[in-house]
Amino acid sequence: MNGPQDLGGMDGFGPVMPEPDEPVFHAQWEKRAFALTLAMGMPGGWNIDQSRFARENRSPAEYWTMSYYQIWFAALEAMLKERGLVADDEIAAGHALRPPKPVSRVLSPADVLKVLHRGGPTERETNTKPLFQPGDRVRAKIINPPTHTRLPRYVRGHLGVVDRVIGFHVFPDSNATGAGENPQWLYTVTFSGRELWGSEGDATTQVSVDAWEPYLEPAAPL
Amino acid sequence: MTELHEHHHDHSELSETQLRVRALETVLTEKGYVDPAALDLLIETYEKKVGPRNGARVVARSWVDPDYRARLFKDATPAIAELGYAGRQGEHIVALENTPKLHNMVVCTLCSCYPWPVLGLPPVWYKSAPYRSRAVADPRAVLKDFGVTLPPDTQIRVWDSTSEIRYLVVPMRPAGTEGWSEERLASLVTRDSMIGTGLPKSPRDVK
Amino acid sequence: MSHDHDHHHGSELSAMQLRTRALQTILVEKGYIEQAAIDELIETYEKKIGPRNGAQVVAKAWSDAKFRQWLLADGTAAIASLGFGGRSANHLVALENTPAVHNMVVCTLCSCYPWAVLGLPPLWYKSAPYRSRTVADPRGVLREFGVELPKDTEIRVWDSTAELRYLVIPMRPAGTEGWSEERLAELVTRDSMIGTGLPKSPRDVQ
Repeated sequence: MNGPQDLGGMDGFGPVMPEPDEPVFHAQWEKRAFALTLAMGMPGGWNIDQSRFARENRSPAEYWTMSYYQIWFAALEAMLKERGLVADDEIAAGHALRPPKPVSRVLSPADVLKVLHRGGPTERETNTKPLFQPGDRVRAKIINPPTHTRLPRYVRGHLGVVDRVIGFHVFPDSNATGAGENPQWLYTVTFSGRELWGSEGDATTQVSVDAWEPYLEPAAPL
Repeated sequence: MTELHEHHHDHSELSETQLRVRALETVLTEKGYVDPAALDLLIETYEKKVGPRNGARVVARSWVDPDYRARLFKDATPAIAELGYAGRQGEHIVALENTPKLHNMVVCTLCSCYPWPVLGLPPVWYKSAPYRSRAVADPRAVLKDFGVTLPPDTQIRVWDSTSEIRYLVVPMRPAGTEGWSEERLASLVTRDSMIGTGLPKSPRDVK
Repeated sequence: MSHDHDHHHGSELSAMQLRTRALQTILVEKGYIEQAAIDELIETYEKKIGPRNGAQVVAKAWSDAKFRQWLLADGTAAIASLGFGGRSANHLVALENTPAVHNMVVCTLCSCYPWAVLGLPPLWYKSAPYRSRTVADPRGVLREFGVELPKDTEIRVWDSTAELRYLVIPMRPAGTEGWSEERLAELVTRDSMIGTGLPKSPRDVQ
């Protein structure tokens, strides 16, 4: 979606302000919001792309004034409600008012490190061949899907060069809508700063994005 | 300013959000969806155990061991796993080599992708709109916000983490560190130098 | 939209009211502005200039073929002949709706609007939902206004990115043969001149 998360190249947000000796968490509730989100991944049954979509799928006015963990927490609530695991009146009451729905698994303390260590690899087996090779010129397609995508607006329509064939990976645009993993070839594509930002741009800047094959179309060689 | 604003925002909202988070945790615990002990362990892990010291060890090893360095740039995920770091948000890591001609910088314009196993959780500025919006368009100006000025002819390559690949910048080894132990070298490697918004400390800084 | 409304007029109201009053007092005290001029400005845009102006223009275009031609050729001069012009309509372009083409106006970058013929823009015209979606999905937006156009009608969206201001001339409703300009003007709604609505039907004003 052309939403508030797609920030690359926007103006007006002011300078980056690093915080000296920044703590990992800024409030007690941030810790809980973080851990609840990780722990509910398993029983909740959603995937990372669905979580990302739940975070970005809100009014920009709201997104830009919410803090990072407020966004995480709002997305967690939304996904829990969507799946009927928790209802508004229960959050308001601060207690379960109805029995739980059956869930696949609950994260036990004994499993925490194992689960973190395993992570969620996204590479998949294939016997297809990648359409592009390193050095190929490609154009990022102009697409405007109303749901989750990982092709930032600032590269759409622009010419880049394939830098590396990364592998065959889960395709977020499908995975986020529950349409399945639909894995695709994934590439690193590099754009010159001037291609993206115009001839006034800094000639020493290059920008690389990781782009799945459906995001790209062949372009004529130079 | 934005940072302050965000920070401020957190605090004014604190009690309301805190209550809401606590309420949800209670509900989820009562329903048996989460185990509070597992939550505590998750927090403990990312607050105390996993952090940029992991990445610093990887970088220091690559500075002293050419074979390791070659393995790291060929396929970073197993090379980093050799030191025991792996897993969530680091399933597919790519190491980026800084040289006198090329400086690498990592951002996630779309959310906040970050190599957790080697750097821990991202700082607030990394997740903030100012960094996410400007790093791809004007990396030199962003570096200036961090007090870093690179030679005008150094190429800057910005890596936007748009997929599940996570990037670790391997900064250049500072001069004057010949014969240093890995451990001592690791103390020069700052978190920001592994994101590309900083440089390693100079040997003078850690005397 | 209702959210937007709440946000701007609800909780912030008293604080903003105090703040604007304080500034106005200061500016009057310093002699930068005259109280009477402020009142006149408000009166003008609140009471005098509004979509009735545009409706007169459209009704005349419906009943006077020569005027219609002139309006489409040089909108600014044509509306000036009816006494409308000036601020926010120094370069007015009239857009003709036909059975084949429906025109719709938006300002994605701010809120440009032909004040002289339509008055000040409604809240929805200045809102993020309208500004963001009209250029990408005009049919979806029209549906929210309750307007469903034939599938083969071409929709032309005009984004007022410069100093041109656009006035949509909707199609004259059937069954109005022989009506006076005044009577016709009653059929012309504000939204029909922005392109988010259609004129009323003769039945609606009986």
